[in-house]
This record gives sequence, C-alpha cells and structure tokens, in this order.
Amino acid sequence: MRLEYFDMIDQVMAFDADRKRLTTASNVPMESTVFEGHFPGYPLVPGVLLTETMAQASGFLALILNGFTKMPFLMAVDSVRFRTFVEPGAVLETDAELALEGSGYVATRASISSGGKPVCNGELRLRLMPFPAELSALMRARADKIGLDAVEYAGPA
Amino acid sequence: MSSTFETVAEIISDTCDLPIEEITRESHAIEDLGIDSLDFLDVAFAIDKAFGIKLPLEQWTEEVNEGRAPAEEYFVLGNLCKRIDDLAAAKTA
Repeated sequence: MRLEYFDMIDQVMAFDADRKRLTTASNVPMESTVFEGHFPGYPLVPGVLLTETMAQASGFLALILNGFTKMPFLMAVDSVRFRTFVEPGAVLETDAELALEGSGYVATRASISSGGKPVCNGELRLRLMPFPAELSALMRARADKIGLDAVEYAGPA
Repeated sequence: MSSTFETVAEIISDTCDLPIEEITRESHAIEDLGIDSLDFLDVAFAIDKAFGIKLPLEQWTEEVNEGRAPAEEYFVLGNLCKRIDDLAAAKTA
C-alpha cells in the first residue's frame, strides 16, 4: 500500500467467477506521511482510506466483470462500519462481491479483515463511465501490477 | 400491496428527499422533480432492487440523446412505471 498515493491494493489473491467475488491483499506500510498526522505517536490507518481500499477492490471487480470496457467511479457508500483499528504493518484482506449489476452502475458488498478478524465492511456503488483517455493505460498498468491480468473471466453464460 | 407508482414515488421521495405529495404520475423526473443523473442512478438502483429488474438506463439515455425517443417516454413517472411493469412481466414470462 502507498497511502499517500491512494495505491491501496497490493495483490489479487482470488477471484470467484460464480460468486463474482474478488479477494485482494494489502500490506499497511510501517511509515507514511499519513501517520504523521493520524495521529502523532499513535499511527492508525484512517477509516476513509479503508473505505477507499474497499472501493478499489470493488472497482477492480467491476473491471473484471466489464472486461475493462468502462471505468468505475465511486458514487455511493452505505452502511460502512469500522470495527477495529488498523496499525502500521497490518496485513489486510479485502473482499468485494457483486451485489447488483445495473445499467451504468454496480453495487458491491465489501469487507476488510486482518489476521482473520473483521476490520470494516460496507455497501458501495460505483458508476460505470466511458474510460477517460488519460486513465485507460494507467488502470491497465495498475491491474497488471497486482495480478489482475491472470484472472480469467469469460463473462456471463 | 402498493402499486408500481406508489413504490416508485416512495423510492424517489426517500432517495431524493422530496415530499411524496409533490410526486405525481405526470411528474417529469428531471424537469419537474429536479433529479440529476447521479440521483437517478440511486433511484434506478432502488427500483432495480425493489422489482428485481434492470432498468436499461444507458440505452434510454442514448435514445434520448440521439433524438430517437423523447425524454418524456422514459422519465415521466407514469411512463416509467409502465416500463417497470413491462420489465417485471418479461422477467416472469
């Protein structure tokens, strides 16, 4: 994870094509400028960045499902609950599962756990839009970096 | 059991924070109720969930933008409810 660059997902761990569920791993860094303010002497990953982590996992899930034809943008966050603190060095597992696929949007249920214990969970909705020219290559590169290119999904039967 | 219109009106009232008495079958979602595109996605999500359908919003928007259909055909609530009923019926057929 590079918190200050909003680069939250390190590795794709699994993709369940039947359940349309993506599992990813993220390693919280020991140091970050984010921790210098949040909080001095008591570093914690901010809840909004955990929400961003769930959103990015959901976004990568959306990209798999639409074959990288549309760019997902976070549009709504519902019922997010933060259950425990996340400290530097923690290893996070994020699950994002498709809840509903609409026309121009997807809804997901996402959760983060660490060491088998729940960290946070919520329901997210992402708007699907034509890829801005500047983002197509960037998103491909990010996806390849975390191993998304190895995920096989043929689309709905 | 609520009618399609009653369910849609309640969804719009809750989602867009509008008084339900201002929502009629003749209301145009965008021009009368002031629902923007992002709010309408929220409304579509709630409608899709409530009725178990998938409103073809992208197709409708394309048809309106290309002048192949008037906006009223999809965004006046009475017409929208008819589309919802057709989609729900097609699902169970």
